[in-house]
Parts: sequence; structure tokens; C-alpha cells
Amino acid sequence: MKTTENTVSDVLEDKKYKYGFKTLIESDTFAKGLNEDVVRAISKKKNEPQFMLDFRLKAYAKWLTMKPPQWPNVHYPPVDFQDLSYYSAPKPKKKLESLDEVDPELLRTFEKLGIPLDEQKKLSNVAVDAVFDSVSVATTHKKKLMEVGIIFCPISEAIQEYPELIEEYMGSVVPVGDNFYAALNSAVFTDGSFVYIPPDTISPMELSTYFRINTEETGQFERTLIICADNSYVSYLEGCTAPQFDTNQLHAAVVELVTMDNAEIKYSTVQNWYAGDMETGKGGIYNFVTKRGKCVGDNSKISWTQVETGSAITWKYPSCILMGDNSVGEFYSVALTNGYMQADTGTKMIHIGKNTRSSIISKGISADHSSNSYRGQVKVNKGAANARNYSQCDSMLVGDKCSAHTFPYIESANSSVQLEHEASTSKISEEQLFYFEQRGISRENAITAVINGFCKEVFKQLPMEFAVEAQKLLTLKLENSVG
Amino acid sequence: MLEVKDLRAGFEGSEIIKGISLSIKAGEVHAIMGPNGSGKSTLAKVLAGHPSYEVTGGEVIYNGENLLEIEPEQRALKGIFMGFQYPVEIPGVNNAEFLRMAYNARQINEGKEELDPLDFDDILTEKMKMLSMEKKYRERNLNDGFSGGEKKKNEILQMAILQPKLAVLDETDSGLDIDALRVVSDGVNKIKSADNALILITHYQRLLEYIQPDYVHVLSQGIIVKSGEKDLALELEAQGYDWLTPTN
Repeated sequence: MKTTENTVSDVLEDKKYKYGFKTLIESDTFAKGLNEDVVRAISKKKNEPQFMLDFRLKAYAKWLTMKPPQWPNVHYPPVDFQDLSYYSAPKPKKKLESLDEVDPELLRTFEKLGIPLDEQKKLSNVAVDAVFDSVSVATTHKKKLMEVGIIFCPISEAIQEYPELIEEYMGSVVPVGDNFYAALNSAVFTDGSFVYIPPDTISPMELSTYFRINTEETGQFERTLIICADNSYVSYLEGCTAPQFDTNQLHAAVVELVTMDNAEIKYSTVQNWYAGDMETGKGGIYNFVTKRGKCVGDNSKISWTQVETGSAITWKYPSCILMGDNSVGEFYSVALTNGYMQADTGTKMIHIGKNTRSSIISKGISADHSSNSYRGQVKVNKGAANARNYSQCDSMLVGDKCSAHTFPYIESANSSVQLEHEASTSKISEEQLFYFEQRGISRENAITAVINGFCKEVFKQLPMEFAVEAQKLLTLKLENSVG
Repeated sequence: MLEVKDLRAGFEGSEIIKGISLSIKAGEVHAIMGPNGSGKSTLAKVLAGHPSYEVTGGEVIYNGENLLEIEPEQRALKGIFMGFQYPVEIPGVNNAEFLRMAYNARQINEGKEELDPLDFDDILTEKMKMLSMEKKYRERNLNDGFSGGEKKKNEILQMAILQPKLAVLDETDSGLDIDALRVVSDGVNKIKSADNALILITHYQRLLEYIQPDYVHVLSQGIIVKSGEKDLALELEAQGYDWLTPTN
């Protein structure tokens, strides 16, 4: 196993959350509180067209009538939405013409996170959009992508440059009033990424967004919209971290994916938000995210792969609406909880078109005092003849104070469908680790091997660099929880 | 090679080994026999450094070092191998990859080059052949769903690959049919040399027909009640353990 070489020293080095630092940078932050004026102010700050302001106001009006969902299997004191700031941006000295003019402190921050943005060091095969608090600070490889007609830019820029695409597709997958947090996001989102892959185009590189929450009392509400036109393909990666604070920060993102005929989007996430203090559970990110893809075209495919390792509370169900005939939805997930983390995560597969297929592979690992729930819905509409779903939910328990739960919901209105569900629970034991040690294999490498074995069906879906990163992350998090 | 002096050890507060002394030199084979619950497996686990067992007295010197202060992983890297009585199943971890991890851990420790899967495959193929193990066991998950006999063979396969200095085989013969016992014993005999030593823990004399011990020790209620040469094993077979039980 190639991964065993570099893990030991890394593991020893970063026992703690290594992304917990805060960048001291001058920022332009709104006063706390939310009302219609704040929504208008955000739109004005961004110089948005009327349709965008209308979208926001409609969402805000909806939001006022809604309540936070109570059904997830997570427990936390109510969030005071008036005690948050809804806009925070690093203060630019003047309008930026190129990356050279970005505050060096910001570039250093991203470099510290392993995301070099400047021209010399940038990752050669990955284009990155870096989002700092509410604002996209830099997008790399833009020109190269433009040559093949791919648009990859901050969503605030897309609203200016490509308003017709935004107006048509934003909210087409996740309507403004879809749920409490999606409505909130629709009202106050400040930035995020926009991708458009033109027909007959395979993206020549991986596209990636890196989210960083820096300010203590700012909510991060980013919005991602990816459109893949006929016969096109893109692989998209998302990574996230936040500094360590004693208070909780809210992250309520919306991600919408659209695929046309024969198009495919592969969306991968490695999420490592600060999860709160390991001993007390204090602080950490509330990750309340709505991610959904719509296979509009025939033979199209949307594949979600997520490795969730952080956040105090996770509430997230990347889903697929399979409208086009023969379209395919996939969900591969590893969700790790430790300390006092609570996760309620899973997926929804809605079968509408004929011969639609979906598969769900969910691996939950819970350690310490954490609670880990899988919640999944497979829904087959009347017209979805010959739809098929395969679901597999495996849980691994580490220690005896944690818990794992599975809530599968299956609904079918068509008799020609084929649905399968499998589930298992296992435990990583001291006896297993001793066996490795007796053969001269270190504890860290033993944990890595067992966890990789448990998660391999998911890891093999991740792009290479991400898979290595994800393996290291899991080992690191579990090291102190086993034995 | 190994000096055990008045060793006392137990499990969850109860003392199981109550003062054992042993002296083992390179090239020797020692058999430790005794009835169930006499402390045989505890001795093996203490030598390997199992965290659930507590040493309450005495010392163990291995090649001049205080073994009891060395972490289990380091003990293994220093050449101590334990053949488990009940090898644990590890789903998801490929047997061949596990063997290579173990092999490479030792290579790194000795400052030698790690082997890639192709080079390692040559070694693995040869050793598996020696133990008449079917090829499919390399791609199976570690001990996962192996029969009792295959698990034991897999232990000896690991021993053949790691070439330990001191191997402690804990009831390797149990669960083996007569053909498998012969294959496993032949394998152990081939690994045995003037440079390494072997501790065979067994309940029955049967194994010792195939692997000739230099010394036999009889363990009962946590102490060695009798030591002798290989004839002692035959005596035990004929008379049972009762005549050796210490008087309380």
C-alpha cells in the first residue's frame, strides 16, 4: 500500500485540527442581523440585476414563514439568526486586475491550507476557485478553460456576465422555498462558484472550489451552480476548513447541478470543517447544506462522492432527481464522526424517467461520543418503469459510547422496479490492532488499513489526490479514538 | 536469546502465570505443554506484548534488552513472532497486501528497500507453494471467512515471510487435520535454523512427532512443574497431566 509511507510522520505532527488558525485581515463586514434591508444591501453591494434582487426577496419572504427542520437526529440549541453577520469580505485596496493584486496574506492563508493560488505554484491539473468567508478571492486556470468554452468563475461574476444562464438555472433544482436553510441561502448568499460546460466538451482538468470560513460571527452562504450541456463531462472537487472558535459558525450552502442529454457531473467533497472541541464539544461548524442534482437529459449521470470528517453538526443529503430516461444517480459517502459530533446525512434518489438507475453506498464511522445517522430516500414515481436502486449502508463503531443509526425510506409507485437494500454494522477492535502490531505494523498504519478497507468502495470514486488526502484525514481523526 | 526470570502475569486482575523461568538459546526448540488454563497462552501473549495482559513481576531479557519495556510493534520488528491460537478476522484488508505491509515494515526497520507488489509476489508465491496454500488466499481478506486450518496455515505463511528470530506458536496444531499438520510442520521445519529459536505451545504430543523439540516444559496452574527432553512429551501422552499437578 503506497499510502503507508507518508502517514506516520504526518499523523504524529498534526494530532490537533491543523487548520484552526485565523487570518488577520481587514474585512468589510455587515452589522449583525437580518431583515429585508440587509438582503437589499447584499444585492446592491454586488451590483446585481433586478431579477436577482427579486429572487432574493422572494426567498426571504418564504424564509420568514418557515421553521428550521426538527426531524434530523441531531440536537443543538436554536440558532439566533439575528446574531450573525450576513456579509464579510476581505477588503481589497482597489479593484483587482490579476492575482498579483490579491492581498498576500490571503494567498499565504490558502497556501497554508495546501491550496497554492499564484501562477508559479498553482496545481497543474486542477483549476481552483477559492472562497474566503463570503467572497471568491481567486480562480485559477480561467483562461485555459475559456479556450474550450468552459466558464468557471465566481457566481457573483456570473450574475454580471451571464445573467441569462443564472436566471434560467438558479433555483431550478433547489427552489427558493425548498427548505428553511435553502431559503435563507437564496436570500443572502454572497458568492460561490459557477461552472458551465458547453456541448460536446470534456473538461480538460478537474475543477475545484475551496471554502474557508475565517470570521467568527459570519455565516457562510455560498452557492454553486454547475451546468453540463449535451455530451459534456466535468469532475468537480470541493474542500473546506475553518478556524477554531468556541462559538458555532453557520454554513448553509446550496449546490445545484444540471445535466443535459448524455452529460455527466462527478461531484466530490472532502469536508473538514472544524468540529468543535474534542473533549467538551464546544464550538464547531453547523453544516446545513442542500445539494441536489437534476438529470434533465436522457442518459445523463450525476455522481456525488463525499467524505465528511468535520462539522459539529452535519445536515446534508446530496440528492439526484432522475428525470431523463436511462439517467443514473450515484451517492458514495464516508461520514466520520468523533468527539461530540452529530451527523445526519444521506441522500435522496427520485426516479422519474424510465430505466433510471441509482446506487447508494454509505459508510458511517462513529467514534467517541458521537452520533452518526444515515437517512436516505428512494422514491420511484409512477412513470419510472424498470427503475433500479441498490443501497448499501455500512456502519463501523469505534469504542462503546458512540452510536450509529440508519433511516432508509423506500417508496415506489411502479411495480416494474427493482430495489435492494443491504446494511451491516462492524467494530474496529483492539484485537485487530494488536494483530497488526504483532507483525511490526504501526498502529497508525493499522487503522489506515482497516478504515481504507471499510471505505474502499467510496475512496476509489475519488480523484487520486483527494483519495490520499481523505485516507490521511480519517487516520488522523481516529488515531486517538481507538483503544 | 531469551531469558525469562520468575515471570508473573495476569489478565484483568487475576494472576495466571505465577513465576516462570526459561532460558532459550538460538537454534533450540522448546515445547510448552500443559492442560487448559495452565497459563500457556498467557505466556505467549505476554512475550508478544498484548495490551490486555499485565506483568506483575519478574523480567524478560531478549538479546540483552528488557523486553517488557518494548512496544509490541518494536518487539515484532526485533524478530519476535507470535502464531495466534485464534487469528482475528480483518475484513476489507487484502491478505497479500497485509503480508507486504508486514514485510516492508521490517525492511524499513532494517534500512532495506521496500518491495513493490510485483517483487513481493515472487516471495509470496514461493512461500505459499511451500505450505500448499491455494492462490485464492492471497486475494481474500485477511483471515476473513478462512477455515480454522487455513487461518493456521496463514499464520505459518506469515512466519515464513517474516523469518523471525524467536517464534512463539500458540496451539498452531489445533484445528488442523493430519495432512495440514504435516504440511505446516514441514514448513516450520524449513524455517527453523541454527540462528532462530522456537517455542511451541501445545496441548498434545502429536505436533512434536513432526517438529522435534530439544526441551519440553510442563506448565500447570501458572508454574513449570517439570522440564525435560523430548521423552517427557511421550510420558505425558501416556500418563496425562494429573500426576504433575502441583499440590496446593
